[in-house]
Amino acid sequence: MTDITTAPVDRARASELGFAGRFLKATELDVRMLGMLAALVLIWITLHILSGGLFLTPRNLWNLSVQSASVAIMATGMVLVIVTRNIDLSVGSVLGFCAMVMGVMQTQWLPQYLGVPIGSSYLWVLALCSGLVAGVVIGGLQGYVIAYMGVPAFIVTLGGLLVWRGGAWWLTSGQTVAPMDPTYRLMGGGPEGAIGSTWSWVVAVVACIGVLFLLRSVRQQRKRFHFPLKPVWAEVLLGVVACVAILGAVWVANSYYWPAGIVRRYAAENNIAVPDGGLQIAHGIAIPVLMAITVGIVMTFITTRTRFGRYVFAIGGNPEAAALAGIATRWVTMKIFMLMGLLAGISAAISSARLNASTNALGTLDELLVIAAAVIGGTSLAGGSGTVVGAMLGALLMQSLQSGMVLLGIDTPLQNIVVGLVLVLAVWVDTIYRKRL
Amino acid sequence: MTIMTNQGPATPTATPLVDMRDISIAFGGIRAVDGASIDLYPGEVVALLGHNGAGKSTLIKILSGAYKRDTGTIFVNGQEASISSPRDAKGYGIETIYQTLALADNVDAAANLFLGRELKTAWGTLDDVAMEAEARKVMGRLNPRFQRFKDPVSRLSGGQRQSVAIARAILFNARILIMDEPTAALGPQETAQVGELVKQLKADGIGIFLISHDIHDVFDLADRVCVMKNGQVVGTARTTDVTQDEVLGMIILGKCPPGAVPGPGAVRAAA
Repeated sequence: MTDITTAPVDRARASELGFAGRFLKATELDVRMLGMLAALVLIWITLHILSGGLFLTPRNLWNLSVQSASVAIMATGMVLVIVTRNIDLSVGSVLGFCAMVMGVMQTQWLPQYLGVPIGSSYLWVLALCSGLVAGVVIGGLQGYVIAYMGVPAFIVTLGGLLVWRGGAWWLTSGQTVAPMDPTYRLMGGGPEGAIGSTWSWVVAVVACIGVLFLLRSVRQQRKRFHFPLKPVWAEVLLGVVACVAILGAVWVANSYYWPAGIVRRYAAENNIAVPDGGLQIAHGIAIPVLMAITVGIVMTFITTRTRFGRYVFAIGGNPEAAALAGIATRWVTMKIFMLMGLLAGISAAISSARLNASTNALGTLDELLVIAAAVIGGTSLAGGSGTVVGAMLGALLMQSLQSGMVLLGIDTPLQNIVVGLVLVLAVWVDTIYRKRL
Repeated sequence: MTIMTNQGPATPTATPLVDMRDISIAFGGIRAVDGASIDLYPGEVVALLGHNGAGKSTLIKILSGAYKRDTGTIFVNGQEASISSPRDAKGYGIETIYQTLALADNVDAAANLFLGRELKTAWGTLDDVAMEAEARKVMGRLNPRFQRFKDPVSRLSGGQRQSVAIARAILFNARILIMDEPTAALGPQETAQVGELVKQLKADGIGIFLISHDIHDVFDLADRVCVMKNGQVVGTARTTDVTQDEVLGMIILGKCPPGAVPGPGAVRAAA
């Protein structure tokens, strides 16, 4: 009965739409995502004004991108965990444990017991891989208990929070492990850990070509099956906006130059004459940011283009229906936690490389930041909805607030209060948005 | 097997599409299905009737692989079938439209139609465009006005959701279709549409198990009725051999009329 009435209503609604409505319909953009971007811009401008012009500088934005990378990477995995109505409270501790494994591997175990000398070019690869394997194994272990033994994820990962933090301590009896392998340290960012201006422009151009290619191939596919197409102006607009954003971000990264002291040392080491105006070497995109973007693209691909991703969302929407459709729901759940462990391992590499040390406190309270980032990014705790891009934007938003408040000289306790309030506010706004639908 | 004389469609020698024999399942001491036997021939509609809790949905969920039976045998096309998961059942061409519809509410119609059997591109990725094209084809047949292919099914009306569930069942060339209360959420016009669909599928030689509370529906659509009570089969009858009142008597009292073949659950007549 109702479907008889809805079709004409849809048409009527379309003709009643104002400019904003027509724009959204033509571009098929997500209102919530636009809202998040708007909130981010608003926060940035506010912090810029309050800090007297310190926030929107290449230097601050570059640092912001590096600081967000670790949480953003884990947030992409947390989306899948929360979408299937689970939670992972252990990611901070898993990060700490994996970082400790990587640290101990490259400073002690590999050189002492496995005969890989310090300075060997394999050292960082082997250390990194062992940490990632540790992450996958831990995730698989927790996932098995959750999926096959039926213990709630909240409890398993709450236990994991204690177990893996304790494990990190136990690996070195609480000692801090340092220094890290020089190549390994590139994953932490810094002047050396960035790809420079030339390569950054190469990445930007490749990314722009990729975006345009993607838009074109989607359009061609839809044309092939005679589906309704977006208007041409909408496609062009999307392409232009995306390319401008990519080129703009790279321009910002390339506008942040190496500090004078490092330039002088670098020039002296490489016998480069420093001109009068001073040698200006741009950072370019930081390696951890590049890693985070790659993870974001891969995770977006996994969630939207693969069977696994489809099953994750189907399980989140209706677990019983997913099982009746013949999906191996337990195995999917276990794989999600393995993926989460792998991502915690990648973040562990970035965090420990950035600190140039593995401490047993690394990643403490990260689980809360990661969950907050995913939830602010529109992942529903009721399950079934969330996006990787949203979660990464959520991580950037949280980090913006935090580093902005540091710039403003706000005390740590007040910082925590603000972040806590923003989390609740964001979810409240999202709840209203969902109800309106 | 003497009862065979009174059963089956016009060609009594045909092999039944489905033959479930002596099926039992218990949940924590409660015998939800107790020694039930039922069969289904090609192009035939068999209605399962009974009170809530009579065991009809449970019996049918054993056939669709949602539950594992404790004892009993299932034959599909005369061959013994091992069905212990929904995937197994689908492998035998058994498709189910569940009473709850069993749709993933947060994804769109095409994703639901192909859930668990997604089409893939040469790259191994989901071929959403091809799936949407197939979805448009099958939905065009069932519900020509349906256009909301981009919306998650939670935004669809009850009738539209029902058509998605039905489309999923017939999309993969089912040979045996189980419909659990297919018209419960529908208005009169859509109910009539489902009736038309059932007749069309019958003509294609598909066997249908229909679970319904609506006895008028049943007499309109079904060739045979099978009444269950307390997990046992009261009796099976051709709809032409019994009246609606007699069937009500079977459901309520467990009394098997002369036109029906009594099952183990029939109340022993005073005679």
